[in-house]
Amino acid sequence: MNVLYFAWVRERIGVPSESVETQAATVNDLVEELRAREDRYAAAFADTSALRVAVDQELTDFDAPLAGVKEVAFFPPMTGG
Amino acid sequence: MRIIVQEAPFDFGQQAQAFASGRQNMGAIVTFTGVVRDDASGALTAMEIEHYPGMTEAALTAIANDACARWSLGDVLILHRYGRLTPGEMIMMVATAARHRRDAFEAAEFLMDYLKSRAPFWKREVTAEGASWVAAKDEDEAALDRW
Repeated sequence: MNVLYFAWVRERIGVPSESVETQAATVNDLVEELRAREDRYAAAFADTSALRVAVDQELTDFDAPLAGVKEVAFFPPMTGG
Repeated sequence: MRIIVQEAPFDFGQQAQAFASGRQNMGAIVTFTGVVRDDASGALTAMEIEHYPGMTEAALTAIANDACARWSLGDVLILHRYGRLTPGEMIMMVATAARHRRDAFEAAEFLMDYLKSRAPFWKREVTAEGASWVAAKDEDEAALDRW
């Protein structure tokens, strides 16, 4: 699936998006896999309460299932307007 | 309903005029415009706005649809810019048209409250000392509770 990062999450991880091969069942499982990869991921995902997640471009929760999902995005709370 | 996400500046007068004209059954038009503010005058070099192409348009459309379901509206416009803006530049505008002003005012406030914390935009302030991401405010999240 395609994983996207925005704002300071993008800066900490160092790329705006990447293709990830995963069998993760939920967003939380995917976060655990990413954290285990490298320090930059561990730093970005240190506190998921400071993050928001969208699955296939819809805001959701970290316990959302990933079956059939094409795109997951991680970002800080939004500051539009 | 019109949802516009663009990098280029917009002409507020032209947008407001186009939105308001040609309506004979709408008694109230409300517009709101957000402007890049420099609190410590001269300190802010620029405001950079990042967004999530695709999701941004979908989220703004969903917010506008929610407003149309809750109030009696004839039309809604949401225009939001991204990219690098300087103090005094217009960031975004919303416009609502309704038969009566109460619907138009309330829907415009609802749109603003929701697009502050439910539309995927992120602001970064650039000063001479460096750049920092604007943190979301608890009060912006709390503002959603009243709806």
